[in-house]
Amino acid sequence: MQPFSAFNLFRRALGGHTSWQAQWRQPSLKSEYDVVIIGAGGHGLATAYYLAKEHGVRNVAVIERGWLGGGNTGRNTTIIRSNYLFDESAALYDHAVKLWEGLSQGINYNVMYSARGVLMLAHTVHDVQSAQRHIHANRLNGVDNEWLSPEECREFCPPLNIAKNIRYPVMGGALQRRGGTARHDAVAWGFARAADALGVDIIQNCEVTAIRRNAAGAVEAVETTKGTVRTKKVGVVTAGHTSVVMGMAGVRMPLESFPLQALVSEPVKPAFPCVVMSNTIHAYISQSDKGEMVIGAGTDVYPSYSQRGALHIAEHTLDAICELFPMFRRMRMLRNWGGIVDVTPDRSPILSKTPVPGLYVNCGWGTGGFKATPGSGNVFAHTIARDEPHPINAPFSLDRFRDGFLIDEAAAAAVAH
Amino acid sequence: MLIINCPYCGARPEVEFRHAGEAHVARPAGTESLTDEEVVDRLYFRSNPKGMTVERWRHVHGCGRFFNAVRDTVSDFFVTTYKTGEPKPDLEALKAGAAK
Repeated sequence: MQPFSAFNLFRRALGGHTSWQAQWRQPSLKSEYDVVIIGAGGHGLATAYYLAKEHGVRNVAVIERGWLGGGNTGRNTTIIRSNYLFDESAALYDHAVKLWEGLSQGINYNVMYSARGVLMLAHTVHDVQSAQRHIHANRLNGVDNEWLSPEECREFCPPLNIAKNIRYPVMGGALQRRGGTARHDAVAWGFARAADALGVDIIQNCEVTAIRRNAAGAVEAVETTKGTVRTKKVGVVTAGHTSVVMGMAGVRMPLESFPLQALVSEPVKPAFPCVVMSNTIHAYISQSDKGEMVIGAGTDVYPSYSQRGALHIAEHTLDAICELFPMFRRMRMLRNWGGIVDVTPDRSPILSKTPVPGLYVNCGWGTGGFKATPGSGNVFAHTIARDEPHPINAPFSLDRFRDGFLIDEAAAAAVAH
Repeated sequence: MLIINCPYCGARPEVEFRHAGEAHVARPAGTESLTDEEVVDRLYFRSNPKGMTVERWRHVHGCGRFFNAVRDTVSDFFVTTYKTGEPKPDLEALKAGAAK
């Protein structure tokens, strides 16, 4: 791997930038691997990277039906934060934030992590009480979060309308200063490049068609459109398609897949300094480094694999955005799209062993998986390599539904589901 | 925007309806003797199919009644809707019909 550095940039500039190598190989599929990861999104690639880097498991294939980072990794609104209510969630998401802070150096790839602050607005008395409960819970867990009055919110985010007579007046906000954004494509590319350099094979345009189990029920092979791969360990990291892929191994999942949509505006000069989200009216917004306003909407109300959201859902979000930020009223939207998110009954992810020996699953991130990418890969790699969960993801097991230990973030996640 | 055919009222826009989960999930009899696995499977586990699904809808801003629908979750096309209490249609036959 050619390291990225100021010196290397200068040196290759002298040659007209013609001597850069491809960032990852295009390997052909081998007939056997120690671990096969299904799904080359951010979480799958991060899992492969940490398997190779921290656990010495380098004979790994990441198999992807489309192109790497082409699913939800490339479709989200890139928000990073860890201000979750419960201890288990705070530990998991804050583990990720800590990894984000050193990630660009760690994988020698600029993921453009920008801790610009995430401001979550409160519009009702209930919102205010709930936000303050979160702030106290976060502080007890060592996660930064602070209360801002409406005037302080406006000072932190000048475009915000804090008039008292709007439909959803701003009654204050909870600010996590360590929260922010990162460049989503760079996360996939950076993990792919770093994993590839450690010997991981990333196989794109290769669809898994079956997961074969031996007489004892354990995983023995994966059938793909490019041939059969023998392996004893399979990690399924396929987000919205998890139910479909797990079905190949005969495992039912507590998941439903919903379209979640986002949209971006035409690019404008820097106008929006932070990330603002609102539970109550279900809108979130930030400005990308290209200048586009990145706006996230809610999920559709019925399960679907259609990768597009309903128009009235986007309209509802834009109503809220225009009211909270009147300066965006005449702004043109450039494009919108949908991703398929896999939602669990308690709105917390599943990072777990399964009833099938050798089969592991990382799913259920619902509407907010991007923020956890490095942390998720890190603990999931541990789970696969050692065949037992890391203490951080032990509570996020598949068995928690049977045992009644739900991590009920339904009301505590950023968005009203 | 989808157009959904309420079997009681006729075709109406999507915003009049509320999705109400997978259809034909019967509560198992003899709850006192069920295993944890059986209880959790009904409570939380879903088939979540990619393709034909059978689901309940409620016409909340209309007649207010529940009904069942067969929908393709890839295209969101409603293959058919039918009244609650009517038997689950033969999905294989519907698939063959949709393919024509």
